[in-house]
Amino acid sequence: MGAEAASLVATTPWWVWPLALFVVCFCLGIIAVPAGVGGGVLFVPIVAGFFPFHLDYVRGAGLLVALSGALAAGPRLLEGGLANLRLALPLALVASASSIGGAMLGLALPSNVVQVALGISILGIVAIMASVKNSEFPRVERPDRLSQALGMHGIFRDGATGREEAWQVHRTPLGLALFVGIGVLAGLFGLGAGWANLPVLNLVMGVPLKVSAGTSSFILSLVDSSAAWIYLHQGAVLPIIAAPSVIGMMLGARIGAKVLHVVRAIVIRRLVLALLLFAGIRALAKGLGIWT
Amino acid sequence: MTDLPDAPKRYATWLLWGTRVGLVLLVIAFIAYAGGFLAPHVPIERTAALWGQPAAAMLQDTGLRAGWDWARHLPRSDMLSLAAIALLASCSIPCLAVAIASFAHGRESLLAWICVIQIAILVLAASGVLAGTH
Repeated sequence: MGAEAASLVATTPWWVWPLALFVVCFCLGIIAVPAGVGGGVLFVPIVAGFFPFHLDYVRGAGLLVALSGALAAGPRLLEGGLANLRLALPLALVASASSIGGAMLGLALPSNVVQVALGISILGIVAIMASVKNSEFPRVERPDRLSQALGMHGIFRDGATGREEAWQVHRTPLGLALFVGIGVLAGLFGLGAGWANLPVLNLVMGVPLKVSAGTSSFILSLVDSSAAWIYLHQGAVLPIIAAPSVIGMMLGARIGAKVLHVVRAIVIRRLVLALLLFAGIRALAKGLGIWT
Repeated sequence: MTDLPDAPKRYATWLLWGTRVGLVLLVIAFIAYAGGFLAPHVPIERTAALWGQPAAAMLQDTGLRAGWDWARHLPRSDMLSLAAIALLASCSIPCLAVAIASFAHGRESLLAWICVIQIAILVLAASGVLAGTH
């Protein structure tokens, strides 16, 4: 940390930081919903870059922010048929097992190494989010044998258009392998992983977009639970950081759900991409010791 | 293969109540902690002085060990907040248990076994066995 920044942190009363965290998370919650991202992916790079907390606690809180959002949304998604248990459970199983490994690895590595890897990952996420074009109803010619054995199929009724479409899944082994990697990243960086779940479900496995979005959120509730326990037991969850983050993000998300109807989602999405780009560069520069 | 409409519904009901209880407890415990209504194990000023240090250093400085040691200091307000967080991280376990019953009832043994293994993974993570020592 630079001398001026260190002096600012030392002279600022402690309560300013949790209060600022609450305000920042409230704002992130507002923009996360219309941008179609979970809170964790915004929270970790922004809070790690601009708050005086060690990266361990930021990642622990990031997981809890993503977990709380996924848990709160889960019941409605399941009851509305937007999250599919048959599809989610096998993918969540491999991702939650690997997220434990990711969390243990993240807490064992030196923080500057994790910071650099975080910066690179965030810049990669920006590239994925900016370039990937999801498909509303992907075409799946023939389901694979594994997806048939697991019963990964269903009928999606779109409440907005009234359209009803049968869906099935292909490339399940590849999807499972990708979810192993997603779990590692979720545990390593505390990011949540909706940004990765959605394109894998939609573009790789051929799941309709809305079912992908709902199932992705549901998968997070299991993946982030496993990793959160590792952070909790390693002392990397501080209530003074985690609680205002979770409460701020959840209150902001309620406003965000209302804002969704009145703002242009594309404008918010561009704002989020710009924020992530800035936070990714900041994380990378901080890890390399260029901008401390 | 049946559509098993009761498994998602029962899962959703348990998840709804588990999440509600966890979040309400988190808010109450945090108000007690930050408002000074209930004594913490580690004073907030001390935590603030250490939050720039890695988790291992914080544990060492505050006399806590990795794993379930924090639960020994309940009902201190900071540990109550951790208990609420632990509840949130656990609330999928009973949901999976009721899903097992639904899948087993519908003769969906593969999905039932996936739920069993998922519970085992969550319990392993929650057990503290993987936390190691500092």
